[in-house]
Amino acid sequence: MTTYAEQVRKIREPRGDKIFMVFVYLLLIVFLSVILFPLIYIVASSFSDPEAVSSGRVILWPVDFTLRGYEAALSNPQVIQGYLNTVFYTVVGTLISVTLTIAIAYPMSRKTFVGRNVAMSVILFTMLFTGGLVPTYLVVQQLGMLDTRWALIIPQAIGVWQVIIARTYFRSAIPDELGDAAQLDGCSDLRFLWSVVIPLAKPMIAVVALTYAILQWNSYFDALIYLKNPDLFPLQLVLRNVLILNTFSGGAVDASLVLERQQLAELLKYSLIVVSSVPVLAIYPFVARYFTKGILIGAVKG
Amino acid sequence: MTLQRPPQVGAPSRGRRRQPRPGLRGLKKSLRHHWQLYLLIVVPLVYFVVFKYIPMSNAVLAFKNYNVVAGIWGSEWVGWKNFEMFFQNPVFWTLVNNTFLLSFYTVLASFPIAIILALALNEVRQGLFKRTVQMVTYAPYFISTVVVVSMTILVLAPRLGIVNRGLGFFGIDAIDFLGDPSYFRHIYVWSEIWQTAGYSAVIYLAALSAIDPALHEAAKMDGAGRLRRILHVDLPGIMPTAMVILVLGVGNIMAIGFEKAFLLQNPLNLSQSEIIATYVYKTGLLNADFSLATAVGLFNSVINLLLLLFVNAVAKRLTGNGLWS
Repeated sequence: MTTYAEQVRKIREPRGDKIFMVFVYLLLIVFLSVILFPLIYIVASSFSDPEAVSSGRVILWPVDFTLRGYEAALSNPQVIQGYLNTVFYTVVGTLISVTLTIAIAYPMSRKTFVGRNVAMSVILFTMLFTGGLVPTYLVVQQLGMLDTRWALIIPQAIGVWQVIIARTYFRSAIPDELGDAAQLDGCSDLRFLWSVVIPLAKPMIAVVALTYAILQWNSYFDALIYLKNPDLFPLQLVLRNVLILNTFSGGAVDASLVLERQQLAELLKYSLIVVSSVPVLAIYPFVARYFTKGILIGAVKG
Repeated sequence: MTLQRPPQVGAPSRGRRRQPRPGLRGLKKSLRHHWQLYLLIVVPLVYFVVFKYIPMSNAVLAFKNYNVVAGIWGSEWVGWKNFEMFFQNPVFWTLVNNTFLLSFYTVLASFPIAIILALALNEVRQGLFKRTVQMVTYAPYFISTVVVVSMTILVLAPRLGIVNRGLGFFGIDAIDFLGDPSYFRHIYVWSEIWQTAGYSAVIYLAALSAIDPALHEAAKMDGAGRLRRILHVDLPGIMPTAMVILVLGVGNIMAIGFEKAFLLQNPLNLSQSEIIATYVYKTGLLNADFSLATAVGLFNSVINLLLLLFVNAVAKRLTGNGLWS
C-alpha cells in the first residue's frame, strides 16, 4: 500500500498548484488578521493610558501602559454584583440544565422505553414552532417568576440541541444489552443510570455542561425582559448598560476632572470587554476539541 | 432527526421478548418493568409542556383582546382584528422588508465564506499554522453578543474608532457608521460573519474529512490539480451538509437574531434596523399591547415554519438531501 501511495505522490503535481497554495495561504492569513485585529486592538487599548486611547494613539500595542481601566472596572459595584450574579446563574443553571437533559435524554435512548419516538417528536417540534415572546412571558409571569433569579434559570433550562447530543451519545456508547444484563442482576434503571451510565458518559456530560455554561454566561435577553431589580442583573446586562447605553455611574468624581472622567469611562469599556470575555476565552482552548465533536453529533441527523 | 417507527407487530420474532411490542400492551409492560425511566422523564416533559406548549396555546391571544383581569382564556374574541391592524399598519412592509433582507443577506454572505474557509483550511497540512488559524477563527463564537456589539460600536465610532482613524489616514472624512441607516445591514452581517465563520467552518471540515481519499487519489492520477479536485471532489462531497445548513439558514430567515439587531439599534438607524422581533418586544413588553404583539409573533412563527417546510421540500427535490430525509 505504501508503495502505491508513494507512486501516487510521485505523480507530478500540476504547476498551477504552487501558485494555488500561495493563494490559499494568503487567504488564510487574511482571515486570521481580520479576526485577530479587533481582538488585539481592544486588549491593547484596555492597557493604555486613557488619554492615549482618546487621542487615537493606540493601534496594536499598549501606549503608556496602565491598569487604570481595570481598576475602574473591578472597583465598580455594579460590575462586581453582575459578576457574582452571573457566576451564580451559570453554576446553578448549568447544574439544573444538565440534570434535566440527562433525565430526558437517557430514557429516550433506551429501546425498552416505549414511546421514546413520541417524546422525541414532542421535543423536536419545539424547534420548528414557538408560541412567541409575549405568550412565553405570560407563562413566566403567571408562575410568579418575574423579577426572581428563577426567571433566568428555569424557562431556558433544556436545550433541544443538547438533548439530541446526549441521546445520540447514550444510544451509541451504552449498548442496550448492558442495561439488560444489569437488570438481570437486579439492578434498577435509576441505579444503572447513576453508577454505570453517568460515569461512562462523563466526556459528553462535560461538553453539554459547557455549552449550557457558556450560553448562561453570555445571555442578557432573559434578564432584560424578566428582571427589574438591578441587584439581580447578570454581568451581560450590566455590560449592555455601561457599554451600549453609556449609563456608567462611577463613584463621586471631582467636577473639575470631567474630561478625565470621560476618558476613563471610555477606557473602562475596553477593560470591561476583556474582563467579561476572559473566563470564556480562557477555557475555550481546552474544550475546543470536545466542542467540535459536540457540533458534529448535533449536526448528524438522528 | 428522523423519527423511527417502533418495530411493527408481527415483525420477525428476533428479539421479540426483549423489545416490548408497540401499542398499549407494550406500553403497559414497559411501564411495569421500567417505571423508573418514565419517572425520570416526567419533570423534563413538564418543562416542555409548560415553557413551550403552553406558550403555543397562549398564542390564541392573537385572536383576542387581552384583558388582564379576565386572563388569556376569559378575554373577548376579536377574530382577525389584530392581524388586520398589523397588516394595515404602514410599518408592516418596513418590518417584513428589513427582517427578510437582513436574514437573506446573512445567509447568502456567510454560507460561501464558511465553505471557503473550510476548503482553504483543508488544503493546508496539519501543523501550527493550521491549528492557529482554526483556533483564532473559532474563538469569537464564544464571545457574547453584547461584547461583539460593543466592540463593533467602539471600532466604528465616528471620532475615535480605529476604522475612521484609518480612513482619516487616507484623507477620508469620518463616517458615522451606526448613525447612518444605509450601513446597518452591512455592519450587522459582517460582524455576524466575523463571529461565526470559524464555527460554521468546523462542520464543513468534518464533512471534508469524511470524503474517501481514494477519490482524491484517482483525481490526482488523472492529473487534476488542487483547484480541480476542490471543484470536482470536495464540493460535491460536502453538498449534503451544505444543503442541510442552507435549509436551516433559510428556514430561520424570519427568526433572525433579535438580540443583535436590538443591541445595534439606535434612533438614527431605526428605518433599517427595526425588524419583526424588535417590534414585538417594543409593542408587547414595553407598550404592553399583548394581543397585537402576539399576533405579530404568531405571524412570524408561521411564516418561519412554512419557509422551512418549503425550502426543505425544494432542497430534497433538487439534491435529494434535506432535514428528516
